[in-house]
Amino acid sequence: MKKKDVPQDSSDLEKFTKELYYAVDENGNYTTALSKGWEVKSNALNVAWDDIKERVQAAYESVQKGEASPILFFMELHIMDIGLLSAYTGFWKWQVSRHLKSTVFKKLSDKKLKEYADVFNVSIEQLKTMTPNED
Amino acid sequence: MKIDFEHRQSAHCENGVTTNLLRHHGISEITEPLAFGIGAGLFFIYIPFLKLNNAPAFAFRSLPGQVFKRTCKSLHVDIERKKFRSPEKAMAFLDSLLAKNQPAGCQVGVYYLSYFPKEYRFHFNAHNLVVYGKEGDNYLISDPVMEETTSLSSFELQRVRFAKGPMAPKGQIYYPKGTHEEIDHDLMRKAIKSGVKQNVNRMLRIPGPIAGVSGINYTANMIKGYREKLGLKKAGIYLAQLVRMQEEIGTGGGGFRFMYAAFLQEAQKYVQDDKLISIAEEFTKAGDLWRSSAIQAAGIYKGRLTEQTHFDEMARYLHEIAEIEKNAFQRLSKIQWPK
Repeated sequence: MKKKDVPQDSSDLEKFTKELYYAVDENGNYTTALSKGWEVKSNALNVAWDDIKERVQAAYESVQKGEASPILFFMELHIMDIGLLSAYTGFWKWQVSRHLKSTVFKKLSDKKLKEYADVFNVSIEQLKTMTPNED
Repeated sequence: MKIDFEHRQSAHCENGVTTNLLRHHGISEITEPLAFGIGAGLFFIYIPFLKLNNAPAFAFRSLPGQVFKRTCKSLHVDIERKKFRSPEKAMAFLDSLLAKNQPAGCQVGVYYLSYFPKEYRFHFNAHNLVVYGKEGDNYLISDPVMEETTSLSSFELQRVRFAKGPMAPKGQIYYPKGTHEEIDHDLMRKAIKSGVKQNVNRMLRIPGPIAGVSGINYTANMIKGYREKLGLKKAGIYLAQLVRMQEEIGTGGGGFRFMYAAFLQEAQKYVQDDKLISIAEEFTKAGDLWRSSAIQAAGIYKGRLTEQTHFDEMARYLHEIAEIEKNAFQRLSKIQWPK
């Protein structure tokens, strides 16, 4: 890539930092240049986030229908899977799987709910009502 | 307390931490491309059975930690590297290093890294940064992919050092220690030679279909089947993942290939073999093609390109890249290194 071709598309990153690229100057020697962003890359990131949003929405709906517990909603919201949630909460994977069922969730002690609430950075009440904090 | 530490931005985090720590250690000859090349950082692997965010995993560089380890070893620099069970002990050990004026490399997870834009914060646990001081409750951070230095509260730093999941950092901390010999041309040449040989092996001689040059061809063949097998939407998500892994923050557009070309140009100054310059051009060509393939992939995941021929074209790019990288590494394997 030539230095003049280093992409300068606007991106979510540019408010935070520019990225360093290696590119060739007019004599064919490598040098560095800063980039604001590249559309191709921003789009790839958007695809990933759209997919996550759809999963969160689907989880929200199944909780409302009583098919799953609010933990599923928060798990998707935090881009986690059962393995990761088990690592963060300290519960076994099979326990997390059970806690994703709404019938089991209703019987969980406050102590267990608190473990989840802490990982998701919400109160127990927010956990039950699927009300996340901003950020 | 604040250690006098020079923050230099790099394209990739581990190269940057390695370069900045070694420069602080008195090795002023080291640059990011040299660290990347001596550390044999260039790679490709497709791991279909390991799913990250519900799409297969691809990597364009070697395992985290390798670049620091290999570069230091080749330059005869001793290192200290520690993991911890207890977050309290991990933080206390860091404090004790800072008290001795020793900046420290730390492996961290990105998800809770507060100074990163939210859009970039996935559960990726192989990010690297340098801690170079502490003021009140705030640790001073030199994150090499950022233009400027930054800071994290002790709570935030502890949380990212003990992120959970695949490749969990477990508080890993590392730094060069002791004294080192003078880095003369001779030692640098030997380090370059050993890095190139390692990289040739990794790209050409790893058995099995998924790693190195054969991994690129394997991926191409898989992509030809994506449309039929996964449908357009899921195929788009998989291709977006391929591009995102190729485009990790700061490695833009097959960026590791350009970095490797920059390495070969710098290596030529120590090895004095013009073949390195023309092989560098091959890697530039490969990097450009990786960029073109990303644009093709974007056409697919944006929903603009929907036909099988578009997937075939994407696969052709990858086959062409594999061929170029294969030839380039074969030429590198035949370099006559000066004694």
